[in-house]
Amino acid sequence: MASFKPTRIQVYPKLGEKVTQDTLYWKNYKAPVQIKEFGAITSIDFSPLAPHTYAVTASTRVHIYGPFSQEPVKTFTRFKDTAYSGRFRSDGQLLVAGCEDSAVRLFDVSGRVAIRMFKGHTKAVHVADFTSHGYQILTGSDDYTCKLWDIPNSAELTSYKEHTDYIRCGITSKLNRDLFFTGSYDHTLKLFDARVDKSVMNMDHGQPVESLLLYPSEGLLVSAGGRYVKVWDLLKGGQPLVSLKNHHKTVTSLCLGSNGQRLLSASLDRHVKVYSTTNYKVVHNFDYAASILSLGLAPDDESIVVGMTNGILSIKHKRTPEDSKGAVQQKRQPAYRIFVKGKNYVPKQEDYLVSKPVRQYLAKYDKLLRKFNVSKALDEAMEVSTQWTRLRKSEIPMAVIKELDRRGTLKNALAGRDEKELCQLLSFVIMNLVDTRFTATLTTMAEMLLDIYQSTVGMSSLVDRQLLRLQELLDKETEYQQELMEVLGMLDVLFASAHPRKEVTLPGDGANGLAKGGIPHRPEIQAS
Amino acid sequence: MVAHADTRVVHRGGSKINFRAPVITQDSRFLICVSGECIKVFSTSTEECIHHLQGHKELVTGLVLNPSNHLQVFSCSEDGTIRLWDFTDGILIRVTLLHLKTPSTLHSVPGKRNNCEGCSRGHQCYMHLCYGIIYLCVDYLTSCALCSQGEYVASVKDNVLHVYFLNKKTFYRFALGTSGEMAARNAFTCVACHPKDDCIATGHGDGKIRLWRNFNQEKEYTFSTVHWHHSGVNALCFTPEGTNLLSGGLESVLVQWRYGQEGQKDFLPRLGSSIKEIVVSPDGSLFCTSHTDNKITVIKNCTKVSAVIQGLVHGDGVKTALMVDPRTKALVLNGKPGHLQFYSLQRDQQLYNLDIVQQEYINQSNLDQFEVVKAALDSRGSWLATVEQRSAKEVEISLKLWAFDEHTQSFVLNTTISAPHDGPISEICFSPSSQNSTTLVSVSLDGHFKAWQLTQPDPSDDEEASWSCDFVGDYHSLEPKCCCFSADGSLLAVSFKEVVTVWSPASWDLLTTLSQPPGAIQDLCFGRLSCSKYLLGATDKNLCCWNLLTCSLEWSTALDVSLLLADPLSENVAAFCGAEKTTDLFVFRPSEPRPHFSQQALCTGRVTRAVFAPRDEPLDGCEESSQWLNRSQLYFLTHNMELLTFLTKPEEERLMALSKQVAVLKKHKQEFLHTSCLLFISLFISQFALTLSAIMTLVLSILT
Repeated sequence: MASFKPTRIQVYPKLGEKVTQDTLYWKNYKAPVQIKEFGAITSIDFSPLAPHTYAVTASTRVHIYGPFSQEPVKTFTRFKDTAYSGRFRSDGQLLVAGCEDSAVRLFDVSGRVAIRMFKGHTKAVHVADFTSHGYQILTGSDDYTCKLWDIPNSAELTSYKEHTDYIRCGITSKLNRDLFFTGSYDHTLKLFDARVDKSVMNMDHGQPVESLLLYPSEGLLVSAGGRYVKVWDLLKGGQPLVSLKNHHKTVTSLCLGSNGQRLLSASLDRHVKVYSTTNYKVVHNFDYAASILSLGLAPDDESIVVGMTNGILSIKHKRTPEDSKGAVQQKRQPAYRIFVKGKNYVPKQEDYLVSKPVRQYLAKYDKLLRKFNVSKALDEAMEVSTQWTRLRKSEIPMAVIKELDRRGTLKNALAGRDEKELCQLLSFVIMNLVDTRFTATLTTMAEMLLDIYQSTVGMSSLVDRQLLRLQELLDKETEYQQELMEVLGMLDVLFASAHPRKEVTLPGDGANGLAKGGIPHRPEIQAS
Repeated sequence: MVAHADTRVVHRGGSKINFRAPVITQDSRFLICVSGECIKVFSTSTEECIHHLQGHKELVTGLVLNPSNHLQVFSCSEDGTIRLWDFTDGILIRVTLLHLKTPSTLHSVPGKRNNCEGCSRGHQCYMHLCYGIIYLCVDYLTSCALCSQGEYVASVKDNVLHVYFLNKKTFYRFALGTSGEMAARNAFTCVACHPKDDCIATGHGDGKIRLWRNFNQEKEYTFSTVHWHHSGVNALCFTPEGTNLLSGGLESVLVQWRYGQEGQKDFLPRLGSSIKEIVVSPDGSLFCTSHTDNKITVIKNCTKVSAVIQGLVHGDGVKTALMVDPRTKALVLNGKPGHLQFYSLQRDQQLYNLDIVQQEYINQSNLDQFEVVKAALDSRGSWLATVEQRSAKEVEISLKLWAFDEHTQSFVLNTTISAPHDGPISEICFSPSSQNSTTLVSVSLDGHFKAWQLTQPDPSDDEEASWSCDFVGDYHSLEPKCCCFSADGSLLAVSFKEVVTVWSPASWDLLTTLSQPPGAIQDLCFGRLSCSKYLLGATDKNLCCWNLLTCSLEWSTALDVSLLLADPLSENVAAFCGAEKTTDLFVFRPSEPRPHFSQQALCTGRVTRAVFAPRDEPLDGCEESSQWLNRSQLYFLTHNMELLTFLTKPEEERLMALSKQVAVLKKHKQEFLHTSCLLFISLFISQFALTLSAIMTLVLSILT
């Protein structure tokens, strides 16, 4: 007696993104923690020292968050106007921030009041950063100037007025105390040397520059502006290396991850894209709820922090192996003792292993199919389609419908339904009819439904509405198919003109696939 | 044409073991069943074939245990003999010659009947024989059964039940509604007699079972009806005590009815295929069901299948080409519905069934089932491609590729391609290239042929390698029919109606076209070894041979070829040609249009399936006419699904020698038994003089 062979659920090839190592890596984050700030979050900066706290600049405050805290551990509020660019010094002791009121303030991380105030700019300061030795501060302002300040005596050292528009980003070299880069809305990037009084390198980004990033080796510079992210080779005198156009709105922030293996860019189009730095291909993509202004990545990618225009700070922590293990254990804890019973028994050499036949568990619809209860089996399958949490909720009913069709009992299963059940069946047909994977089977099913319930049309408004929807859908689909055929015709003409002499052989399944989707003749629905 | 006495067409394996109900021995240890011209003895516990009882010259039609010695079995055959065998040792004990050469069955009757009686009424012929055996000619009967007391014989035919009382020699006839629609539904399909009561159970075409009582008169007979089967009842059997009635039919469910309480029944579902016969062992512990797919199932304690004895499945017809698995040297062809069977030709035993469709088989007539229509094995046996098809309203096709798994030693599904073509696939073949990459070509009636290749995934992904489409080709939107790779895999020939196109699989360029109108190409085949420059094509009326070096016709001849087959190990090509009703075989080299072997009237009907099976060790026959069989053996399936092959004289002699050795061994054993038997008789002869006289009459009756 052979056992019952369960209905085979067809596995359809998954279109869309492929699961790669990167997808798995970047998906391995917990659900985001969301914190509401008072205004748009313009800057996020991680402290270079453990425990890697981070400064979040939003509205008139700079908050410092601990690695796992959901409340700020420290807040700097002594700003007269919107604060910009809160940055840590390389020892994590000092923090500098620009302000809309043109003053630059320097804070002790443990203190509260600004220990220094640098005044000299005439307009809002959007850029502030420490030089590599930590005794000087670089600032860039909307008054088109960038300045170097001495911390100990809070004096202005140098001022450069080479840009012709707002300076909105700047970065200092971590290896050389005298070098720094600025990017401006005049589309240029400039490299300044504090030892000379003018810029030493000039690069044209082509768009207003929003963000700058230096590789740890400082051989490459990444700039973001407009929809473009561009990489420049500094060792070749600022030659452009690659230009990436993967966002459809302005790119606002850049960040390096995985020890410089991956480059992240955030944009107003609400996406964060992850590039491989070897071939500059997008390897992953994150979606967020609002336009992103700032992006920060903790060392070792422990967390991704994103600030958005609507003032929401989203923090994603990496899932640790203990987290996932803990969850599983918790689930099984009540039955643990029973679960482990006899599991740790090690068989001896002379023991004879008697294997018990594995009991076959059947799904509910399979049990009903085994007993030839066709209507109930279809009900059970339809039940699956209504469960929102269920995976493959179209595939399972389709497999059952196919099986019933193969047994020649689909008509029996469809007959004798009341209004509610018929509506459910019709809505399933409407939902899945245009899916090319299911069209062939559902067409026969729709035909059968119409055959059976032809006489009842007009008796129930619910059913009639569904039938009208079905008709509408079919009209739309036929129109669409017609258009596709027209496109195919155009393509054929193009192919023919491209290969005037050769035998026409279809290049692959691609062009043929379109024609396959063509919907065969269907009876028009008579709805009154 | 010379008659070739040194090669002979013989049946080789695959005979029907379900032709007649099997016989279970008294101790339930053995199961004896007919198998073509011989009788096979199987062990009921190990499924092993213990003895081949060979001796009959024609189809064996009846089997019965000797009622006076439960270690012996009688058999009758179409050659008009009744033979008595000792089945534990596999020895023929005696032969009785009859002069009736009609299909017949044997039944045993308790009690002594040493007289011969004959009876004939209408188309029925009953013959009594001595030693408690009744010989029944069943030429015109649907089914017949004998009451265990030997009082009456019940037989059914169409809508009539006949009961013949042997002692009274009276004949009763019971008919059921014989007109119109009723007739078809009421037709009797089988009959069984209750061992204790006077009750006859009959099965009907509409699935009803009728229990007849009081049938010793034509007027006041009664019957009751029970109904479970949805289609005809094929087999009925009472258990020895008469407490249960077993029935089976197309549903492949064994139903057990309580005698007297017909409302209660037990089921044993999913026995594989339609049940043909049911037999119960004398002690009632074992049930045997024989099925239409040439299978006998042994059921223990009414509930558990304990053994399955499977012959070569014949099915409704073999849709796939015959193939030889390079690994197991087994013949691969359609088996059970939705399966491929691997059948060992050496051992005449099924190795295993591969489930291709992987769906629950619904036993119902007029249902469009998925069928395996095409199959192909690559040259090393590591890949198997199958095409399954269901021709409902729209043709549903799927192409499956199976990889051989060394660990489990069976084929494992690798890729399923649903709807590979828009129309039915007419042929698939693998390229014979020996490198790791192999190509599958499928030719479809939708006007395209497609090449499929194994694509290696990125090493970073942990996915397995799978097959995908590599090339789609067509030629002036003509329908392609067949395809063939050259021996080295460098050329692919695809026939489109009258035109043969030759492609290069390396670049998928059309190299040349060949054509020899009129008539569409039916079969294509490349020459092998030294003849690899020749391409053979068969049209309806002609056989053409093209030289591919010159791209010109080498020779052609008028032949109606039904199948062209190239021997992979030699230059020989076999062409089966359909004459009016019989098939002729020609074996030739493509380089010369003269056949070096030909046999006319090979068998009746057209031969469309054949295969060259490589021999394990080549023969060294040097006669010209049998040289072509040195490297490989030719097997072919006839119109009515008999598997035939050619046997050369040296081979036959070797087999004869082997069987003689066995016979000598058996003779020694027999002599020992004989002497001991004589001793036994001489001891008791003085006391049982009467017994002696009985023995004398017995011997005399055998001699006459």
